[in-house]
Amino acid sequence: MAMATERPDNQRIVITGVGLTAPNGNSLPEFRKALLDGRSGIKPFETRYFGKTVAGICDFDEFRYQKRKERRRGTRAGSVGIYCAREAAADAGLDWENVDRSRVGIYIGVTEHGNVETENEIYHLKGFDYDTQYWSHHHNPRTVANNPAGEISLNMGVTGPHYTLGAACAAGNAGLIQGVQMLRLGECDLALCGGVSESIHAFGIFASFHSQGALARHDSPEKASRPFDADRNGIVVSEGGCLFVLERLDSARRRGAKIYGEVAGYAMNSDATDFVLPDADRQAECIRLALRRAEMSPEQIGIVSTHATSTVSGDAQECVALRQVWDDNGRHTLMNNTKSFIGHAMGAAGTLELAGNLPAFDDGVCHATINLDRLDEQCSLPGLVANQPREVGRIDTILNNSFGMLGINSVVIIKRI
Amino acid sequence: MTADDIRKSILEILHDIAPDEDLSDLKEEVPFRDQLPLDSMDFLDIVMELRKRYRIQIPEEEYTELASMASTVKYLEPRMKDL
Repeated sequence: MAMATERPDNQRIVITGVGLTAPNGNSLPEFRKALLDGRSGIKPFETRYFGKTVAGICDFDEFRYQKRKERRRGTRAGSVGIYCAREAAADAGLDWENVDRSRVGIYIGVTEHGNVETENEIYHLKGFDYDTQYWSHHHNPRTVANNPAGEISLNMGVTGPHYTLGAACAAGNAGLIQGVQMLRLGECDLALCGGVSESIHAFGIFASFHSQGALARHDSPEKASRPFDADRNGIVVSEGGCLFVLERLDSARRRGAKIYGEVAGYAMNSDATDFVLPDADRQAECIRLALRRAEMSPEQIGIVSTHATSTVSGDAQECVALRQVWDDNGRHTLMNNTKSFIGHAMGAAGTLELAGNLPAFDDGVCHATINLDRLDEQCSLPGLVANQPREVGRIDTILNNSFGMLGINSVVIIKRI
Repeated sequence: MTADDIRKSILEILHDIAPDEDLSDLKEEVPFRDQLPLDSMDFLDIVMELRKRYRIQIPEEEYTELASMASTVKYLEPRMKDL
């Protein structure tokens, strides 16, 4: 990979549009305000078989960009994707009808896809004594792995490439990285990329985390997701989505687009150690690789958006990795965590958490990690912004961690431009 | 079920399948596909809904009988008269 300083403008990739839905906001300004106001989006939730729990639920208007028939045909993930993609394109100031849609690429990260529809079909089939002639002909188009990306293509008339990237909870970053790579390769001129999740609509994800001893519980839903807190007890599952419009710097400048930031570096690697337990050494290696590619030292990072999911082991391991890269010497890089507000939005987590931090380039504020009542000593981090946002004045760089099961690690670095 | 009951039921199914469409002016003798944006998956929905709601089995070679409201009612009337 060429060093950042060597790249011409047509190899420098910038973010020019953001479309999102989170449990506490349906646009970047709404989401950012909630993060600065300390407002959680976690609520009581009840799901088939599993019963009462808590979750992050989105309330965007599905019919702003979809007809009722389109929604009926498709999936929640597709609907989240369409909303985010349309919002991102509008935010980028693109005159969509006049965009060459054969040169648009759609790259959507997903933690999983198809569980929701399969659970629904089996549930309905039970009412017909498991006679498979009552199994829906819509099941296959709803559950093919490219479904959320394909629904965006259908809705927006995109005839360039579309596909999803299965990357567990690193999927949002993976979608963004794919967009960067495809733009640099000349495979597209605009990338709609990031991640989506419909996971709360499957009981299986709650039941599986519960069986693993990794599902959060708390009498107050808004307190259930509490990364780095000594009393944390697991993940809050959330739905959501966040897609970016990416383009080459020369194209963005030519059309006078607002530029949120430049993708200065990225990295992905694998632990190759365990199905579910993270590996701090490989995480640190991934962070260092992204820094090296961005030609940055750790001290040059303004904010680290941590991945921590509020599990006992995962949070502690990430902190080991972070302390390996950032020590107590020199200027403190600030660190925060968005899951403390919105829970774990799975495939959408990476890009939602990055997006929530992007306005820091404009307002100079690092949003906090909330629900940090009693810091776990194992999670002591230099620069951790606890409970109240911190005004910094100027922030030039954001590093976004996203890790997932089967030992998949991803890091993205965005810099002010 | 009478012909009118069947007609009402088909309208309900069509309303579910094509929720954005105005069905108030649906013409009896004109094929559904000439009046509504329906594709083959939508027609399979009509077949599936009849199967689910009334346990009516329609062989694939007879799907063409469901082309218009008039042909559908005519085809279903003897099959649903005892429901």
